[in-house]
Amino acid sequence: MTRNTQSGGAVSSDRIFRRTAAVDPHAGLGAIARITRMAFAYPVSAGLALAATVAAVLMQLSIPVILGRAVDQTQAVAAAKADPETLYPIALLLFAASVARGIFTLVQNYTAESVGHSLARDIRNSVYGKIQTLPFSFHDRTHSGDLITVGMLDLEGVRMFFSTALVRTVLLGLLIGLGAALLLSTNLTLGLLALSFVPFAGWRSTVMRLTLRRTWLVLQERLGVLSQVMEENLAGIRVVRAFAASEHEMAKFEVASKSALELSHQRIETRVRNTAAMTLAFFVSMGLVLYFGGRQVASGEITLGTLATFLTFMTILQMPVRQLGMMVNGYARASTCGARLFALIDHEAEIDSAPDAPDLKITNGTLKLENVSFAYAGNADRQALSGITFEAHKGETVGIVGPPGSGKSTLMHLIPRFYDPSDGSISIDGQDIRDATLSSVRQAVAVVQQDSFLFTTSIENNITYADPFTETRQIRGVAESAQLHDYILGLPGKYGTIVGERGVSLSGGQRQRLSIARTLMMKPAVLIFDDSTAAIDAGTENRIRTALKEYAKDCVTLIVAHRLASLMHADRILFLEHGRIVEQGSHEELLKLGGRYCDLHDLQMRPNAEILAEKGDFR
Amino acid sequence: MSQTKPGEPLDPHDDESPRMRAVVGSDRIEEEIFGRVFDGKVTQRIWQFVRPYKRHVAISVAAVVTFTGSQLTIPLLIRYAIDNGMAADAPPSVLLGIVALFAIVVAINFVASRVQELVTGRMAEDVLFDIRRAMFAHLQRVSLSFMDKTEVGRLMSRLQGDVNSMQEFLETSVLAIGDLLLLFGIVVVMLWLDWQLALMVLTVIPILFGVRILWLTKARAAFMAAHEANSITNGALAEAIHGVRAVQAMDRANLNAELYGQLVDNTYKAQLRASKLSQIMIPIVDTLTGSAMAVVALIGGLMVVSGRIEVGVMVAFLFYIQRFFDPIRSLTMQYSVMQRAMASGHRLTEVLDVEVDVKDAPNATPLGDGDDGSVEFRNVTFGYDPEHPVLNDVNFRVNSGETVALIGPTGSGKSSSMALIHRFYDVQDGAVLVGGRDVRDVTQKSLGRHIAMVLQEPYLFTGTVRDNIRYATDWADDQAVVDAAIAVGAHEFIEALPQGYDTMLAERGSNLSLGQRQLLSFARALVADAKILIMDEATANIDSYTEMQIQKALQRLLEGRTGLVIAHRLATIRNADRIIVLQQGRLIEQGNHDTLIAQGGLYAQLYQLNYASFDDLPDELSDEDRARAT
Repeated sequence: MTRNTQSGGAVSSDRIFRRTAAVDPHAGLGAIARITRMAFAYPVSAGLALAATVAAVLMQLSIPVILGRAVDQTQAVAAAKADPETLYPIALLLFAASVARGIFTLVQNYTAESVGHSLARDIRNSVYGKIQTLPFSFHDRTHSGDLITVGMLDLEGVRMFFSTALVRTVLLGLLIGLGAALLLSTNLTLGLLALSFVPFAGWRSTVMRLTLRRTWLVLQERLGVLSQVMEENLAGIRVVRAFAASEHEMAKFEVASKSALELSHQRIETRVRNTAAMTLAFFVSMGLVLYFGGRQVASGEITLGTLATFLTFMTILQMPVRQLGMMVNGYARASTCGARLFALIDHEAEIDSAPDAPDLKITNGTLKLENVSFAYAGNADRQALSGITFEAHKGETVGIVGPPGSGKSTLMHLIPRFYDPSDGSISIDGQDIRDATLSSVRQAVAVVQQDSFLFTTSIENNITYADPFTETRQIRGVAESAQLHDYILGLPGKYGTIVGERGVSLSGGQRQRLSIARTLMMKPAVLIFDDSTAAIDAGTENRIRTALKEYAKDCVTLIVAHRLASLMHADRILFLEHGRIVEQGSHEELLKLGGRYCDLHDLQMRPNAEILAEKGDFR
Repeated sequence: MSQTKPGEPLDPHDDESPRMRAVVGSDRIEEEIFGRVFDGKVTQRIWQFVRPYKRHVAISVAAVVTFTGSQLTIPLLIRYAIDNGMAADAPPSVLLGIVALFAIVVAINFVASRVQELVTGRMAEDVLFDIRRAMFAHLQRVSLSFMDKTEVGRLMSRLQGDVNSMQEFLETSVLAIGDLLLLFGIVVVMLWLDWQLALMVLTVIPILFGVRILWLTKARAAFMAAHEANSITNGALAEAIHGVRAVQAMDRANLNAELYGQLVDNTYKAQLRASKLSQIMIPIVDTLTGSAMAVVALIGGLMVVSGRIEVGVMVAFLFYIQRFFDPIRSLTMQYSVMQRAMASGHRLTEVLDVEVDVKDAPNATPLGDGDDGSVEFRNVTFGYDPEHPVLNDVNFRVNSGETVALIGPTGSGKSSSMALIHRFYDVQDGAVLVGGRDVRDVTQKSLGRHIAMVLQEPYLFTGTVRDNIRYATDWADDQAVVDAAIAVGAHEFIEALPQGYDTMLAERGSNLSLGQRQLLSFARALVADAKILIMDEATANIDSYTEMQIQKALQRLLEGRTGLVIAHRLATIRNADRIIVLQQGRLIEQGNHDTLIAQGGLYAQLYQLNYASFDDLPDELSDEDRARAT
C-alpha cells in the first residue's frame, strides 16, 4: 500500500524535472553563468586550458603558412634563386610546429576535461547530499526516475560544458577570426572564396545538432516506452502466459518498436542530409579557390605557395567548422541540464534542524502529542489528521487501528519528523522535536516501515545499517529477536549473503523481519511498527512479540496494524477514523464499549462468510 | 553515529573488534565485455539477420568504394591543376577542364556519401530492431523455468546493450571497408606518384599502427576502469534515491555522504587517467605527421629542385599525409568494436538458442467450448530438476463447476501443480487432463482461453485501468469491462479515480492499494470468462474491510466455474467444496472441512492452531505448537 493512497488521493507527481519540458530561458542563462563561475573556481586548470587553446590555434595557423613557404622556397631553389640549404630550416620549422600543436592540444584537452571532472565531482557530492536530506514530501511528488536522470544525464551535460562549449568557442573564434584575417589580408577575393563555406557549414551544423538533440529527447522517451513494454512483459511473464497473451504482447512490442524505429531513421536522415551538404559546400569552395587561385598563379598575381596555404588552411578549418553545431549544442544542453540540476541543488529542505539546535536529550522517555493536525501538500483541503493528542511513557505499548486512509501511517510519519504537523506539537521528554537536531530525533525515533527497502549488500550490513560500528554479538541478538537468525544460517553465505535488488530475493515476511532487526539495532526511545508485520505469519509474529518484550521495556512502542492480533496486547489502543481518535482504551475496554473497534474485532474473528451473509453489502 | 549506551556490559568473549560495516552502492557483477575478435558461429547466427538486407549491404559497399575513390582523386586533381593548369604558358581551358572534373568528382562524392551513410545507418537500425524482435518473440515461448532463473535485468541488458553493440558493429563494419580502401589507395597512389618519396613518408604508417595498438590495450583498461567507477557511483546514487526513506529513518545521510564522496573521488581519479590516456595519442600523431611533412618539404623539395618530381606532386603528398591518421584510428577502433560485438553476439545467441521445451504438438487441436471444465491429475510426477521431484505420483480430479482449495506448507508443490494445469511445464510422468484431454494434445492458446489465472501478486501493466482489466481479451467491449468491475466491487473506486476507467496506472499500479490491485486482477480474470479459474490467494494481510470485498468478489468469480485455489485464508478454505492437502509433493488428505477435521490429520492440526493464515507454515510444527494442538 502506498503513501499516496493513504493520504487520500493520488498525489500526482509534478514531474518538475521532465526532460522534454522547456526550461525558462532566464534560468538557462543563469545556469550557464553559474557553470562558468564554477569552472573558474579551478583557475589554474581553466586558465591553462584557455592559454593552451590560444597556443594550439597559433600553431595550427602557422602550419599552412609554413607549408606555403616550403612550396615557394622549393620553387625559388628550383629557379636557382635560392640556396638549397634554405629548405632545412623550413622543414624543421614544419616539424616543430606540428609537435608543438600536438602538445598544446594535449594540454588544452586534458586540462579542459579535468575542469569538467572536478566540476562533476563537486556537483555529484552536492546532489547526493541534497537528495538524502530533502524531505519525504519532496520525494512523494518527484519521480525517482527523474531524479536519476538529473543526477546522471544532466550531470554529463554540465560536465561537458567547459570542454565542448566554452573552450571550443575560444578555439573556433580564434581559428576562424585569425585565419580569416590572415587570408583576407593576403588576398581578398581568394580569402572570401576560401571562407565561403564557413557560414553555410556552421549554420547547417548548428541546425543539425539542435534538431538531432530534439529528436533524441523524443526518441529517448519512445525507447523508454519500448523498454517498459519489454521489461513489464518479462517481469509479468506469468500473467502473459496465463492469459495466453503473447500475440497481444507482440502487438504492443511492434507498436512501440515501430515508433522508435521511425524516429531513428529520421535521425539518420537528418544527420546524413546535413553532413553531406556541409561536405559539398566545402568542396565547392575548394573548387572555386582552385580555379580562381589557379588563374592568379598562372598570371603571377600570387605564388603557388600562397595557393597551397589557402588550400591547406581550408582543410584544417573544415573539421572545427563542422563541430560548430556541437558547440551550440553544448550551450543548449548545459542550459537545460544546468537549470534542472541547480533547481535540485538549490531546493530548500523544508525539514531541517533549527540553527544552533541542541541534540534531543532522552531522560524518562515520554512521547507527547498535543493537538496535532496535518494535511498533505498536494491535498491541502483534506485534513489527514486533526486534533490528535496522546501521551505515552517508557515501557508502554500503544496500538493504532482504523480503516484505510484514516491517517495511521501519516501519524507515524510525524513522530520521526518525516513531515511536520501543520498544527500542534510533538515532544519527547518535554522538548519539541522541531527544536532539536534532526539527526538526534531520527536516532531517538525508529520506524519499521511498511515497504522495507533493503540495500544491495550483505545481510550483516543491512542489519547494522543504522549502526555500522556495532559489535558482532549485537547483530546476532537482533536477528534472533526478529526470528531471522536460523534462516540466515541456512543461507549459503550466512550473514554475508547479499540481499536486495541484485542479491538473494527474500519473501515479504523475511524482508519485514530483516527490517525489524535493523530497526532494533537503533535502540530507540520510540519504536514504531508501521503495519510492518503484515506479511509475517501469525506464529512467527507471536515469537517476535515475545522476544521484543525485552526491548519494549526501554522505549515507547507504537504499533499500527490491520490484524488485531498484532496489537491486542497493547496497553492502550487508539482507533482512528478520518484523522481523529474516535475510541481509545485497552482491548477489553474497547470490546466492552461495543463501538467501531468491537465491530472490527467481530469482522476478523468470525469466518467472513457468516458476516457476508449477515450484513450483506458491507460498507 | 554509533550510539552504544553507556554502562552496557561488554561480552568478554567477543574478541571480534568492532569494524565498520557500511557501504553505499554495491559492486556490480560485470559481464565479459570483450570477446574473441572473431567467432564463426556467432557471425553465422548474426548473418541470418543481415541476410534479408543483402541488397542494402551491396549498395552500401558499392557506395563506400565510390566514395573512397572520389576522396583519393581529389588531391590528384589538385596536383594536375598545379602542374598542368597553372603554368604560365598553359591555356586557361586546361585549368577549367580540371576544375570541371573536380566538380564531377565532388558531385559523385556527395551522392556516394549520402547513399552510403543513409543505407548503412538504416540497415544497421533495421537489423537491430529485427534481432530484438526475434529475441523478444523467443522469450515469449521459452520455458518458464528459464525465465524463473534468469533475472529480468539480465535479459533487458541482452535486449538493449547487446543488441546495440551489434548495431554499432554493423554500421562501423561498412566504414571499416572504406577506411581500409582509403589507406590502401593512399599508399598505392603515393607509390605511383613517386615510389622513393612514398617509401620514406610511408614508414610512419607502421609506426602509427604499432603505437596505436600498444596504446589501445592500455587506454582500454583505463576507459573500462573509468566506466566501471562511474557505474558504481551512479549505482550508489540510484540506491540513495530509491532508499531515501530508509536512509532518513535510520539517520545514515552523513555517513553515506562520506562514503559516496570516496566513490566520487575514485571516479574522478579514474576519469582523469582515462582523459590523460585518450589525449596522449594527439602529440604522438602530430609528431609523426610533422615528421612526414618535414620529409616532404625537405626531400620532396630537393626532388622538385632536381626535377625528379613536379611541385604539384609535392603538394599532393602534403594533402595525402593529412589523411593518414583517420583510417588508422578508425581501423584500430574497429578492432575493439568487433571484440565487443562478438561478446555481445555470443550472449545474444545464447538467448536465441534457448530450447523451447513446451511446444504445441504437431497434431494439437484447440480446446473448445464443447470441452468441460474438469481437471485431472493422473499419477503426476514432476520436478524442475528431474532428480528432485516436487510432485510425486499425485492423483486427483476436480469436476466441472467444483471449487477446490489446495493447502499445504511452503514447498509442498501447490504452485507447481497449478503451473502444470496451464502447461507452463510438462510433467515428468503421468498426465494432466483439462476438459478430459491431455494438455499436451491441445493448443496452448486454446488452453489459455480455457483457464483464467489470478496470481498471488496482482501484476498490472502500464496503461489505463480499462486496458488492464481487458488485457489480452481484445473481444471484450467497454461494457464488459465495466460489468466485470461492478461484479467484483471495483467499479466504485475506479470511478473515484481522476479519469475513471481511463486513469493511467503509475509504475505497476503503485497509485492503487494492494486490495484495489487485487480486485482489478479479479476483474481481469472475470472478463477473460474462462471455464476454469486458477488462483493463488494473496498472503499479504489486507485490512479487514478490503478483505471482505475480496471474499465477495471471489465468490462472484467462482460462480459457474471450476475453481482451484491455493488458499491461505480460512474463509476461502471453508467455502470450498473440497480441500486437498499437499505435503512434500504428495497428496496426503482430501475431503471437506468436516471430514478432514474428523480425520485428525495435518489439516485438523493446522486448523486447531487457529492460524489466521495458512501461508508460511513451518514444515515441521514446533514442539510447542504440537503441544498446543493436542
